[in-house]
Amino acid sequence: MKLSERVTDLPESGIREFFELAEARDDVISLGVGEPDFSAPWAARTAAIDSLERGQTSYTSNRGIRELREAIADHHHRYDQSYDPGEEILVTTGASEAVDLALRALVDPGDVVAIHEPTYISYGPGVELAGGEPLSVPTRAADDFALTRERLEAADAGSADTLVLCYPNNPTGAVMTADQLAEVAAFCREHDVQVIADEIYAALTYGRDHASIATQPGMRERTVVVNGFSKAYAMTGLRLGYALGPAEAIDAMNRIHQYTMLSAPTTAQYAALEGLRSCDEEVADMVSEYDRRRRFVHSRFREMGLDCFEPRGAFYAFPDCGGDDERFAEELLESQGVAVVPGSVFGAGGEGHLRVSYATSMRELKRATDRIETFLAERRQTP
Amino acid sequence: MSDEREVLDVLTTNARESTADIAAQTGLDEAAVEEAIASLERRGVVHGYQAVVDWDRVEEERVRAIVELNVELDRETGYEEIADRIAKFPAVEALHLVSGDYDFAAEVAGASMQDVSGFVSEQVAPIPEITQTVTHYVMETYKDGGVRFGDRDEDDRLSVSP
Amino acid sequence: MTDDFTDRIQRVEPSATLAISNLAAEKEAEGADIVDLSVGEPDFDTPENIVAAGTEALEAGHTGYTSSNGVPELKDAIAEKLRGDGIEASADEVIVTPGAKQALYETVQTLVEDGDEVVLLDPAWVSYEAMVKLAGGDLERIDLAPHDFQLEPALEDLAAAISDDTELLIVNSPSNPTGAVYADAALEGVRDLAVEHDVTVVSDEIYERITYGVEPTSLATLEGMADRTVTINGFSKAFSMTGWRLGYLHATEEFVSQAGKLHSHSVSCATNFVQRAGIEAFANTDEAVVEMRDAFCSRRDLLVDLFADHGVDVAVPDGAFYMMLPVAEDDQAWCEDAIEQAHVACVPGSAFNAPGYARISYAASEERLREAVDRLAENDLL
Repeated sequence: MKLSERVTDLPESGIREFFELAEARDDVISLGVGEPDFSAPWAARTAAIDSLERGQTSYTSNRGIRELREAIADHHHRYDQSYDPGEEILVTTGASEAVDLALRALVDPGDVVAIHEPTYISYGPGVELAGGEPLSVPTRAADDFALTRERLEAADAGSADTLVLCYPNNPTGAVMTADQLAEVAAFCREHDVQVIADEIYAALTYGRDHASIATQPGMRERTVVVNGFSKAYAMTGLRLGYALGPAEAIDAMNRIHQYTMLSAPTTAQYAALEGLRSCDEEVADMVSEYDRRRRFVHSRFREMGLDCFEPRGAFYAFPDCGGDDERFAEELLESQGVAVVPGSVFGAGGEGHLRVSYATSMRELKRATDRIETFLAERRQTP
Repeated sequence: MSDEREVLDVLTTNARESTADIAAQTGLDEAAVEEAIASLERRGVVHGYQAVVDWDRVEEERVRAIVELNVELDRETGYEEIADRIAKFPAVEALHLVSGDYDFAAEVAGASMQDVSGFVSEQVAPIPEITQTVTHYVMETYKDGGVRFGDRDEDDRLSVSP
Repeated sequence: MTDDFTDRIQRVEPSATLAISNLAAEKEAEGADIVDLSVGEPDFDTPENIVAAGTEALEAGHTGYTSSNGVPELKDAIAEKLRGDGIEASADEVIVTPGAKQALYETVQTLVEDGDEVVLLDPAWVSYEAMVKLAGGDLERIDLAPHDFQLEPALEDLAAAISDDTELLIVNSPSNPTGAVYADAALEGVRDLAVEHDVTVVSDEIYERITYGVEPTSLATLEGMADRTVTINGFSKAFSMTGWRLGYLHATEEFVSQAGKLHSHSVSCATNFVQRAGIEAFANTDEAVVEMRDAFCSRRDLLVDLFADHGVDVAVPDGAFYMMLPVAEDDQAWCEDAIEQAHVACVPGSAFNAPGYARISYAASEERLREAVDRLAENDLL
């Protein structure tokens, strides 16, 4: 069987390796999880169950059920985003499908796609699968991992056709303010770069509101926004995301979607609809809980002398481990049974850092941070 | 959100959090946390700290009941006075004035059903303003103090994911 | 954003069925009672036990990610099912996908590169062409229409079309849109050609549980095919679970490790609670599956008879819930007339590269099927 190079050339993700190390032990406290520890809100789950019992188990329209698209459009007014549910919204099987479709619709073979790093691991492979050439734009701890014009210029991102932007960011927890985004937007306009903005963590920001690059002047028409229900509504396993963008971009994405997916899971669409209708309070409670954990983890890291900028979004902290992050993570797992993900897995600029997920209970976070403290103390004694 | 409110949010989730941990979670310093707690207690916002107990898992027998109470007020006596009289009994764990078909809902605990029914008939019913009592024994408790009883959901997430 | 989207988008045409469904929607909006025989999904509800299993999984909070390739219990159940069909399968050779379409997409992406030659058996399901084109492949097509949609009589044509340059052959039995179930002799012919020219075969068996009096054979069970077959299947048709989005692929472990990378990046995993419902579907649904199949069978018989009554002979399908009705040369115009005049919706054969036919789906009640035939006859469309 001769397999296509576009797939065989894809590297195995480093996260996979770590997963296997962690799975091999049974006493692990994991701070390596990229999904909420909450279950989906009960109201959303019962709405899903009701839809099943009503027999709503057929395909939906390619773009997703109309009420859901309308609810999504309404929901996005909170970010000053306005999209027409008829033509500018596509409901997908998870935000990952939306990103994949956007890349396939926008990236021709040979196109250069700028990706700021460290970032979520699937963008690079997605670009390669579309035949494009990923261009790494490393961000810096000194900038709190925000993307700046200086960083874009240093990487010659002006030569790119497309930029994949992910803020609030996985793995760093960084967010970008409207002012910071204005700088990136200006750069994109000057160099005619279009943007795929993965805003899956938009609802999870702390102490400030989410800002979207699509609301910058001249950016709406050159941006596809990706969002979904996985993180804010704790629905990762329901697989429901969506894309917002100019009609012609959404139409192009739908052309692939109709052949490869047909429609997103029907039951999940009803769960999401109920989520938007009635779960604001539950989402707010989850956000407050993440916020407490975020402060706790950040403050504990400072106490134990782990250098860490204050993350303002998602549910990750990204401390500097002061050396080889892979070795640190392996030894931490080995000696203390705490799993974190080495930052270098997430690309350039991530080396020397650790992704610490605080999507786990306070009790576990306390145990885990105590163990990390012990580990650091032992390391200092035996260099 | 005010400092006190932040502290309160932590305490209602877990009243046993240490001052240091509350400080870490709220971003306040420890002195500010101490001050907030003192103020909450002083102002009567926080009346106490108790464990949430699933009594079914405790060896000794313990019976709880929800008791509906109907009262008839006269010119001299208001709800306050009656509530005061009922609440003084240690067997009454909670007492609410409620809307609807009856006036008070009392949560009563005792060592046995006899104990509880004896208490209701001998101590509560004779209060002159009380016209009727209906006792509902608690058969099973699924959730109390915001805490779900029964087996904890297992965390079946993958230990490391992107 | 500029209007020139990627070349691959330009290669994919908007679905040809869209004009028909738009027209049908328009008529319905005007208040017309449309008999819809264009649908590609069963009209039955998902069996109760599966709904109950889905409900239970939601209640238990199975709303997080699963392992990218699927929950182990489901992969085990799939492997066991395939072993029952005679395929030497293990759980490590399975990827669970959100729908069989996604499995097919991942398969084509993993196999086909720019300029690779892919052979399709026409009339072919619309997505095959789109997926091959998305991957940059070139199509070579064999027409089965002159042979009552059977493959065996077309083996010579197939032999002429397949060469050492052929990368992939896609076989879909029972077939959408024709309902044909290929005989073992035909599949053996496919095997001989595949082995001779070192061709990989995708065997799309999504309608495998819906056959009438014939036992479909899985290509991967034939000698020499195990290492060169990607078997695609799913829950949509057999268990009437279309909207749940659950499918799977089975192939060599090497293939699965490569396609798995693509799978994890493009969809992460299939829906968690749906996968758990899938386990139940395999375990306890045989009776409901048989009931649905029997209902489809009597509808097929009814429809074949009704068409015969009007002097129209159709190739009698042995599976799926479709048949190809010979109509006018301009099948697109005929289908438009059928909606306009008879208020009956079906898909023009040209959508499947079979001009002169219309695809009739009998995922509709017997009463509606009678109504449809009456209306077509009344309007001189038969």
